[in-house]
Order: sequence, then structure tokens, then C-alpha cells
Amino acid sequence: MAPRQLARVNDFVVKFANVNGSGSASANGLFAKAVLRMGVPVAARNIFPSNIQGLPTWYEVRITEAGWRGRRGGVDLMVAMNPQTWDKDVAELEAGGYLFYDSTKPLPAAKLRADVNALGVPLTAICNAAYSDPRQRQLFKNIIYLGALSALLDLDPMEIERLFAEQYKGKEALLESNRKALHMGRDYALANFACPLPMKVERRDNVGERVFIDGNAAAALGAVYGGATVAAWYPITPSSSLAEAFQKYCARFRTDKATGRKRYAILQAEDELSSIGMVIGAAWNGARAFTATSGPGVSLMQEFLGLAYFAEIPVVLFDVQRGSPSTGMPTRTQQADLLSCAYASHGDTKHVLLLPEDPRECFDMAAQAFDLADRLQTPIFVMLDLDIGMQDWLVEPFAWDDARRMDRGKVTTADELDAGKEFGRYLDVDGDGIPYRTYPGTHPTKGSFFTRGTTKDRYARYTEEGPAYVDNMQRLLRKFETAKSLLPKPVIERAPVPTRAGVIWFGSTGAAMAESLAELERQGVHLDRMRVRAFPFQDEVGEFIAEHEHLFVVEQNRDAQLKMLLVNECGVDPDKLISVLNYDGTPITERFISREIAEKARLFNVTPIRKLAG
Amino acid sequence: MTYLAKPKLHHPDLPVNALGHTRRDYEGAVSTLCAGCGHDSISAALIQALFEMDVPPHRVAKLSGIGCSSKTPTYFLGNSHGFNSVHGRMPSVLTGASLANRELIYLGVSGDGDSASIGLGQFAHVLRRGVDMVYIVENNGVYGLTKGQFSATADKGSKSKRGATNNDEPIDLVLLALALGATFVARGFSGDKTQLVPLIKAAVAHRGAAFIDVISPCVAFNNHAGSTKSYDYVREHNDAVNRLDFWPSRDEITTEIAPGATRDVLLHDGGTVRLHKLRDDYDPSDKVAAMSYLESRRARGEVVTGLLYVKPDSADMHDALETVDAPLNALSDADLVPGSVALAALNASLR
Repeated sequence: MAPRQLARVNDFVVKFANVNGSGSASANGLFAKAVLRMGVPVAARNIFPSNIQGLPTWYEVRITEAGWRGRRGGVDLMVAMNPQTWDKDVAELEAGGYLFYDSTKPLPAAKLRADVNALGVPLTAICNAAYSDPRQRQLFKNIIYLGALSALLDLDPMEIERLFAEQYKGKEALLESNRKALHMGRDYALANFACPLPMKVERRDNVGERVFIDGNAAAALGAVYGGATVAAWYPITPSSSLAEAFQKYCARFRTDKATGRKRYAILQAEDELSSIGMVIGAAWNGARAFTATSGPGVSLMQEFLGLAYFAEIPVVLFDVQRGSPSTGMPTRTQQADLLSCAYASHGDTKHVLLLPEDPRECFDMAAQAFDLADRLQTPIFVMLDLDIGMQDWLVEPFAWDDARRMDRGKVTTADELDAGKEFGRYLDVDGDGIPYRTYPGTHPTKGSFFTRGTTKDRYARYTEEGPAYVDNMQRLLRKFETAKSLLPKPVIERAPVPTRAGVIWFGSTGAAMAESLAELERQGVHLDRMRVRAFPFQDEVGEFIAEHEHLFVVEQNRDAQLKMLLVNECGVDPDKLISVLNYDGTPITERFISREIAEKARLFNVTPIRKLAG
Repeated sequence: MTYLAKPKLHHPDLPVNALGHTRRDYEGAVSTLCAGCGHDSISAALIQALFEMDVPPHRVAKLSGIGCSSKTPTYFLGNSHGFNSVHGRMPSVLTGASLANRELIYLGVSGDGDSASIGLGQFAHVLRRGVDMVYIVENNGVYGLTKGQFSATADKGSKSKRGATNNDEPIDLVLLALALGATFVARGFSGDKTQLVPLIKAAVAHRGAAFIDVISPCVAFNNHAGSTKSYDYVREHNDAVNRLDFWPSRDEITTEIAPGATRDVLLHDGGTVRLHKLRDDYDPSDKVAAMSYLESRRARGEVVTGLLYVKPDSADMHDALETVDAPLNALSDADLVPGSVALAALNASLR
């Protein structure tokens, strides 16, 4: 008996199982973009190994007319191009799903599944007949399967051809050979299968003005708009593409047209110690400067981060978090650097964190980070993760107000010094804990000061006197308090039904969260919700927790780091906070969150007030 | 050290330089180092060199790491911004500062522990990047602030004050600097200000990475018999290959020239260094020969001093990066922010 066939329009998951280095990324990206061009949103994720060639890699495309941004969990169509992972890939398919594979060599029946629809296309045979060059055979195989999929899923081939035309502008030969390969696959599918399948893409207008971009590129663009002129970095997955994107955007936007000279400086340092040192030097000297790194890099920067905190240097640090501890899982995602950043360095230190949820917020928060750093004269951490940083997301288009100006914070100028303004580097003139600074070289006789990590008085003079030390540390606390008023507030929304339960999350978890909340609503679990966007927490955060009996804290690390911060900083009863933790390195899914919360809600008897009353 | 504050009053006849400054305007706070410390002589040499060069004090940024030597920027150029950073990492902070504003003069002050032990990596990379700076190592072979442990420049077989013998090979920072691409390399001795002051002047005038290793005896922990960094040892083993005179560009060379062979080197800003050869066979433009000479003398326990290598037409980090002439820290919103129209076009390319 033929297996059941999943019948879905614009709501299914396609997963490509490939071998790293086989050139599949480009074809898979075209697939996602073709769906977008048909007006249907996608959520795409590249799952890749720490390897350049040979190891397994996957690309998961969720086609979602509803516009859900997270992973759903499960696979409806597997494009199984990697024999190494065949068994696991086949096992992942939903019953009634589709298995697309290269049927050049016959497969024993035991390798297939009775409840899954097999779609064998002799890709190697088609390639070998058409091409003699081994590299061409490999690369065009990807385009051929793209062509076959376009017929099976009813993708408009014209959209793919248009994408080819954009990609190979001026390279007509490449354009033509890609078009030819596309149609080879398409023609085979049309001739051999009932196309389209019951599971297919239909044209909609649900994408609108949204853009498809990864968070690292978005953050880099935000750094350009934020006025960053100095970037120092050391290559580390998954953050390297942030520095590289900054280079790319600077080359486009910051090259002097007349002279070809650059209004920016980027240095690849010898290590992370050096990159943060350069950023500190540049920021001390009045340039907007940043580094991009990941957990191991943040560990290496600890001593310098303490100096930047204590010497009050406006540093911006992008931490694109990955699986830790130690080298951990360099190509997998986690939200596990929250504590190591919030309290980075020895002694009494606390830092400002920004917690973007998607590439759009990466752009906004990156630009804002430079204003915050200058205003607060302290390191600002922008906490991305691999899922946000290295995956393309469909997000609202970037926007910029041309009336906006950089806020360079409290900088005393030569004119002010000449006019007799008193200058003490660590004087709290305005009562907000933020002192004034001068840039080096400002004035021949006034306003210079000596920057040091050792204790100093309000006029930056060296001292080891206890009261002066305490005075300074207390001012730093006042400054941290001031930070709360400048940081993005938490996003709080109420459930449609009054409830005593809530849920808290931050960052990339939001992608799956929205969908989980809808699913939980359907099951009768109503939760008020709060997305935390910054540290230190504003009063609203503590108040939200106080208002509820039980709160789920959903995050992507083992030790419940957000919960720890909330308990530590908001003085809440830890028993109120119920952790939902995903830390296997894959992005958290809707199904995981819904299942965990539904189960725990039963356990804690979390029910809406209405039901309690009724 | 002294606890007496320096009086503010100047003697009316104190000489002034072209900017109208007296030497006092180049001084800093009173030193808290030990009496007789070589480092204080280096501070004095810096003061003299910058005063005589008519450098506006506030246009110098002083950066240092951690240690006795790194404390010294407090003791000169009181009207300059200074940055006492973390141990062994001054070079990266200085590099960043230089990126932000190419118009200031950057003076990096470090020690042998700071540069040759904990900071060897950053020492290497700042030189190979050609950062426009004067990098001075005040080299005494010991850790002073932690009371006399050997540093990585201590000679093998040299004895600590407590009688321990150093078993490890020394790191010769001058040889390293040559290998790493520094374009101005010199060695001085804190006990020989006549040689040191013109070396500093030439290094300031040089464009690119200028490195001066200054042997600077530690009177508290490394000035005893058996030390190879003591005043007595260095005086007895000092092989000075040349002496310098430095003229800023605008001055005619009128000074009476000492007898012996001389050679003039025109520096980037137009200043001239006149080398008085003390060793006829020493050629500071020949890097390979310089390295060979240094190595051979080191094997004999001699300390080679003087201008050891100079590449007068060198480029610096900003040349390599092709940055604009204006300091990056002075660029405005209009220079830096592409605006909403550019962003709309970018949005369109991302669909």
C-alpha cells in the first residue's frame, strides 16, 4: 500500500542533508529565496560542523505562510544527499513525508521507510551524462535537485532564473549553464512524478517589505550607522562574519570617493587580548570602537574588561554565543555567556548587556550600543548567538532617522576648559554617576589626566586610601543605576485571559516562543509574557515577576543563567521561577517549548484565573 | 624617593624653548621610584629630548603596562594624557589609540617583564604592524615591584640578589625587534644621557615603529656583583657603535662636529641624524649585518649601544590601512553615517 501523502500548502519543513564543501549552500539558499520571492515567509537554518570539507551539514527551511520564525521540530521533506547520515535523516521524517534522494544506485528496501514517500531522482546519472568535469558534476548536481524540487513543490522556475540573473550578472556563461541544470532536474521530475505534490508552495503576498539577512551582517551595518570607526577582532566562529561584514559595508559606505582613503580602520589582532586592548585604546582616544567575539574570546578578555569598567572606557563588544564551555560546540548555538559577560572580570564588576532577538534588533542595538557606551563610559555587550548571528532571518526592513546624531556623551572640550570649567575625571558633577572626560591632546595645560586601573581619587590622582576607593565604587553603582533609564525596556504582553502565570525569555528564543504561546493558548495554558532586552534589569522586570505566582524562564543554556541573574538582581524567590532549558546546540523549537511548559504547567497546577474562579 | 612636592615657582632665567615652555613644563609628578633608579634618568632624558624638540606636551600620549617602568609616565609630561594599562598589553592599547587619532605622538613605556615576559606577543605584533610610536623598554632584568625575581631578559648565569642563578636563555629585545620589522632600533643606557637624548629625539622624528631598549639598572634588586644589568657591568661592557646628533628640520647644522667618520640620515619629518661612527665597520642601514654584529657581541657578554638600525623611508600602520588624514575620532555624523536613502537601497537588495 502506498504511504499516506502529507498534504500541506505553505506550511512544511524541508531539510537538506549535504556533505560540507559540496557547494550545496548556494543551491539551498536559492531554494529559500525562491520561496520568499513567491511571497511566502521562510525560517531557514544552516546546521553545520566545525569543518571545511567532508563532514555532514544540513540546511533546514521552514516554509511558513503564518510567518513563524522559529524551528518547528520534525521534517516533512528530506533532501537526503549524504549517505553518511542517511539513517538518521530518514528517521527524522514525519509519517507521510517525502524522501528525496539520488537513485542512481538502487537502494535496498530496508533503507527506505514504508510510511514515507520515496522520490528517487538519478542525480549522479543525469550529471555524468551532461558533464565531464568532476567539479561541474558536483556543483550542478545541487542545481539539478533544485530544479526537481521546483517541479515537485510548485516553485515558480522564473523566480529561480531571476535569482540566477542577479547572482551571475555579467557572467552570461554561468547564468546559462545554471539555467540548463535547473531545467534538467525540473524536466526529470515533471516526467516521472505527479507534480506538484500535495505538499507545495502557493504564491502569497505575506513577505511584504521584510528583508532576509543574518544578525552578524545586521549588527555590522548597525555599527556603521552607529559611527564606529575602529574595529579590532580575532577570528572565532560564529562571530567572524560580523567583522567581515563591517569591512564590506565600510568599503561601500566609508571610502572617500575622491581619494580612495578610508574613514575607518579594521585590524585583525593576534588574539582576543589584543583586540579588546586596541578597542580600549581607540575608545579612550575618542573613536567609536568595537570587537566581535564569542565565549572563549570573552574569557580571554576578562582582565581588560575589568580595566575598561574601572577606567570607564566606552567599549562595544559583540558576543556571538556558541556552545560552551571550553571549545565546546563552535558551530552550534547557545545562550550561555550571560553570566560571564554580566559579571566579567575580577573584583566587583557589572556590565551592561543588550539582548537582541533578531537581526533587525541587532542593527538597532548595535547602533544604540555606541551611544550607550559613550553616554555611560563603560563596556556595552551586545549578546547575539549563532542562531541570530549566522542564520538568515526574515525581519522588518532597517530604518534610520536622518535627524539622529551620535551622542558622544560627557566630553569636556578645550573651549569649556578655557572658559574655566572645572575638570575632574571622576567627579560626579551631575549626580548620575557619570563623570566627564577629555580626549587626549585637547588642551595644552588643562584637562589632562592619567588613566589607570589602580585606585584613584576624583581628580584621577593615584591613591590607595580606602574612602577614595569606596567613593569611586559607589559612584560606579550610581552609574549602573543610571544605565537602567537608558536601556531598552522589557517587552511585556498580557495573555488574552487574566492569569497568575507568566513566561520570561530573551534573544533568539523569541523565534520559537511566539508560536509556542499560540499553541499553549490553544491548549488552555495562558501566560503573561516578558521579553527581557537588557541588563541591568529595570524595575518593570522585578514588578512583572512579583505580579505572578509561577513564571517559566525559557533559555538556551544548562545552568539557567537568566534565572540566576533575575534571582540575584531582582531579589525574587527562586522557587517561583521554573526553568525550561534547551542546550543541545540546536535552536530551541516550538514543539520543545510547548511540550515542556504544558507538562510543567500541569505539575505546578498553572491554570488561568478564570478557571480557578469558575 | 622624596615626599617633597616640587615648588611651582620657576627661576626667572630658566631657558625656554620655541613654544615658550621651560623644561618644567615637561615634568610630571615627583617620582616614587627608588633613589638612583635608572628609570628616573630615562624620564629625565625624555623630558630633555621633548623640551629641546619643542614638542607641545599635550600632543603626546603616554602609555604603559604594569611594573616600575610603567609607573614612570606619571613622572614626566604632566600635561599629557597617560594610560597605565594592564600587564604586558600596552602595545594593543597604544595601537588602538593610534588608530583613533594619527596626529598625536605615541610614547609606549614598558619594562623587560612587561615586554619580554608576559607581553612578548604584543611586543612582537605592535612592531610588525609598524605603529607610529616610540616604544621604550626600561630594561633591568628583574621584577622590581614584586622584589627581585628574574625577568626574561636576565642573562643566563647571572645571579639574583638572593644568590639564585638564572638558568634560562635571555630574550634580546633588540634582536627580536630587528627580526620583527621595527624600522628604528636602538639601545641606550640610562647611565649615558648624552647618548640617550639624541636617540629619543631621532625615534620621535622617525615615522613607524621605533624601539629603544634602555638598559636601566635596578638599584634595589639588580645592581650587585654577578648581575649583568648593573651600573658597573654595563659601564665595563658597553660597546657603543655610534653617537648621534639630532637636528630638527628647520635648523641649520652648525654644531661643531667631533672628529671621526660621520654619516647623515634624513628622517621622515625632515630632521637629520648625524651619526658619529665609533665602530668603522658598523652600518645601521644593514639589518643582516646588524643582527650578526649584535649576536657576536652578545656572546662575548658585551652590551652594544647606539642607533643599531634605521630605515628612514619607512611607512606606518596608517599608510598600510589607507586611512584618511583626519583623525578618526574627529569625523562627524556626515562623514560616518550613510543615512536613510542608502539604507533603503540596501533593504531592497536583501529581498
